[in-house]
Amino acid sequence: MAVSDLVSQRAFAGVPRRGAATRLLEDERWLAAALLAPTAILLGLFIAYPFCEGVWLSVTDARVGVPGHFVGLDNFAALWNDSIFRVAVWNTFVYTAVASVFKLGLGLWLALLLNRSFRGKAFTRAFILLPFIIPTVLSTLAWKWMFDPTFSVINWTLFHLGLIHARINWLGDPVLALISVIVVNVWRGVPFFAISLLAGLQTVNPELQEAAAIDGARAWQRFWHVTWPLLLPVTMVVMLFSIIQTFSDFQLVYVLTGGGPANATQLFATYAYQIGVGTGLLSQGAAISLAMFPFLLIVVVVQLLYIRRVEVH
Amino acid sequence: MPRINRRKLLKLSGAGAVAARTGGLAAILAAGKAPAYAQGTTLHWLRWNDFIPQSDALLKNQITQQCAKDLGITLSVETINGNDIQARTTAAIQSGAGPDVICALNNWPQLYAESTADVSDIAEQVGKDQGGFYDESTSVANNGKRWLGVPWCIVGNESSYRKSWFEAVGHNKFPETWDEYRDLGKKLKAKGQPIGQALGHSFGDPPSFWYPLLWSYGGMEADKGGKVVLNSKETIESVKFGVAFWKDCCDEGGLAWDDSSNNRAFLAGTISSTENGASIYLVAKGAPDKYQDEKGQPLYKDILHGSLPKGPAGKFSYQLPHTNMLMGYGKQQDAARKFLAWVHSKPVYQEWFDSQAGYSVGATTAWENDPIWNKDPVMAPFRTVARGAQFPGYAGPPDRRAAEALSKYIIIDMYAKAVQGMAPEEAVQWATSELQKIYA
Repeated sequence: MAVSDLVSQRAFAGVPRRGAATRLLEDERWLAAALLAPTAILLGLFIAYPFCEGVWLSVTDARVGVPGHFVGLDNFAALWNDSIFRVAVWNTFVYTAVASVFKLGLGLWLALLLNRSFRGKAFTRAFILLPFIIPTVLSTLAWKWMFDPTFSVINWTLFHLGLIHARINWLGDPVLALISVIVVNVWRGVPFFAISLLAGLQTVNPELQEAAAIDGARAWQRFWHVTWPLLLPVTMVVMLFSIIQTFSDFQLVYVLTGGGPANATQLFATYAYQIGVGTGLLSQGAAISLAMFPFLLIVVVVQLLYIRRVEVH
Repeated sequence: MPRINRRKLLKLSGAGAVAARTGGLAAILAAGKAPAYAQGTTLHWLRWNDFIPQSDALLKNQITQQCAKDLGITLSVETINGNDIQARTTAAIQSGAGPDVICALNNWPQLYAESTADVSDIAEQVGKDQGGFYDESTSVANNGKRWLGVPWCIVGNESSYRKSWFEAVGHNKFPETWDEYRDLGKKLKAKGQPIGQALGHSFGDPPSFWYPLLWSYGGMEADKGGKVVLNSKETIESVKFGVAFWKDCCDEGGLAWDDSSNNRAFLAGTISSTENGASIYLVAKGAPDKYQDEKGQPLYKDILHGSLPKGPAGKFSYQLPHTNMLMGYGKQQDAARKFLAWVHSKPVYQEWFDSQAGYSVGATTAWENDPIWNKDPVMAPFRTVARGAQFPGYAGPPDRRAAEALSKYIIIDMYAKAVQGMAPEEAVQWATSELQKIYA
C-alpha cells in the first residue's frame, strides 16, 4: 500500500460522512419545503380537499349515492327562488348580529367585574367558564327542557311569581323561537368574551389608570379614554372569531328547534344539513353551504388586515 | 396418496366456503352449526330507538346471542333517534362504509334506491311465507323494478284518548267526523284538556295526522300520473279546517313537539287525545304505579284508541312502515343476506313481534292472526290498521319524489305556516310551488 493512500484514508475518516438527505436539508429551500410539508398536507387533506369537493358538488346534480352531472350554477339559481333559503339568510344575519352584540356587551361587563379584587375571585373565574366548557349539545338539551312547551321551568317560575297567566310558547312561536336560540347562544358565548377580554384587561398598565385618576378623570372617562383603546385590538380579534363561529353555528339550533317551527329558525348550516344530509340532495346542500362563503371571506380578510395593522403599529 | 400442494388446498377450501355460502338457511339449520365462512363475521344493524324499550333489549341480547348460535354471526345492533337515521344513511353511503343493514322508516328506501342491494329473493320469500305484504309495505320498499329492502313492520297509528274526559263532555266513543272531533276538542280545551298534536319536523306523529287530514278532504299531492295537483279547493278547505281545529282544540305548543313530546304530555295528563302509536298505553300499562290519573287510578285503564275521523272524501290513515335495507357498500353481502332471511323468518320474528305487544303490526298479513290481538281489547283496533293505509305521494306513486317531499316536510309546513297566520290559500300556493320543484 502506498503512503499516499494511507494519508488520504485517514484524512477522509476525520470528516463526518454526510448522507444525501443531510446534504439536501442543508439547502434552505428544501429544508423549508420539508418543514412546511406536514402543515400543507394537513391543510390540503382536511381543508382544501373538502372545500374543493364542496365546490364541485354545488355545480352538479349529485344526490346521495348518485354522482351527478355538471349543471353549472343551476343550484344557486334555485336558491335564489327558495323562500326557505331567504328565511335562513335573514335568520343567520339577525342571529349573528344580535348574539354578537349581546356577547360583547355582557362579556365586557363581566370582564370588568372579574378584573376587580374580591374574595373567591379564582373560583368565580373558573365557574364563569362552565357554559363554554359543557358540550354544546348537552347544555342545549337542558335549555330545551327549560323552553319545553309543556314542562318549561321558566314558564312555571313566571306563572308562580304571578308574572304570566298563560303559557309562553317559547319554541312554538317563530319570533320567540329565534329569540330563544339567540339567548342560548349568548349564554354560551359570553364566557369566551369575558375571559378573553379579562386577559386583555390585565395587560393594561394600572399606572395609566392611576395617572388618569390623578388628573381627575371619572370612572367612565378612564374606561373610554384609557382602557377601551388599549383593549380594542383584543376585542376586535375576539369579535371576529365569534362572528365566524356564530354565523356558521349548527348544533345549538339543530338541538333546540331543528330549524322549526316551520323553518322559522333555519340558519345556513341547519338548512344545508336538512337538504344535503337529511334529504340526500348533496348538491343543493353544498350550494347552501357555499352561499356562506362570501360573507365569511370578507370577515376573514378584515380580520387579517386588522391583525397586520396592529402588528405594524 | 396424491400430493396436495398449497395452491390446491386453497382452491378446495375456497370451494367449500362457496358451498357453505350457497347452501342457504336450510343447509345451515340442517348442519346444526354455523358455516365456517361466517365464523367471526360481524354485522352492524342500525335501527331507531324503539318506543318499546323491551324490544331493543331483546334484539341486543337474546336475538344477538341466537344469531351467533344459529348463523355464527356476531350481530351489533345500534339504536339511534329515528330523526337521525337519514343523516347516518347519507354519511354511510357517501363514505362507502357503515352499517350493513339499516332499518329505514317511512318511504326513505326510495331515496336510497341506487345504494341498496337487491333483496327481491328474500322479500318475496318472506311475503310468500307470511301471507303477503300490505300494500303500504310494498309501495315504500319496492320501486317497481326490485325490492329495495325487506319490509320489517308497520307501527300502527291510532288516536289515544282519555275515556273519562271524553265522557265528561258527552262523547262515549271516538268521533266519526272531523266536525264532531272539533266540537269535542273545543269543549275539552275550554276545560284545560286540549288535544295534543305535533306540527313540527319529526318523522312520525306530524305526518300521521296531517296527511290523513289532507286526504280526507280530497286534497292530494299529485295525481296518478305524477302531476302536482295540491293547489285545489279541497286542500284549501283542509287547511282552513286545520287552522280552526288547531286554535279551537289543540295544545299550541305542538308546533315545537317531536315524536316523544305528545307521549310525555299525555302521560303527564296535560292532553286528552293524540294521534300516536300504542306506546302511550303500553308504557302506562307497564308502570301502573307511576302513571296514574287525577283520581289516583292507573292511567292505562282510562285510555282507549280510535281511528282518525272521516272528512268529505272519506276516512284515511297513515301508518309508519319500517324496511330493512341491505346496503350496497357492505363487505359482508352474503352473510347479511343470510341474516335478513333468518331475522325475518317466522320463529325469530315471532320473538320480536311478541315483545312489541301490538305496538307494531307485521309487514305481512299473517300477523293479524297472531293470538296477541286477543290478549287486550284496548289493543284490538291496531290489528288491522295497516289495511288500506295511504302513503305520501298519494294519489301519485310513492316514489323518490314523494319521499323527498316528505323529508322536506312540505305538507307539514303548509299547515304550520297557516297555523302561524299565513292565509290558507297562500300556504297551499307555497307548498304547491315546492312540490312542483321536486316533481319537475
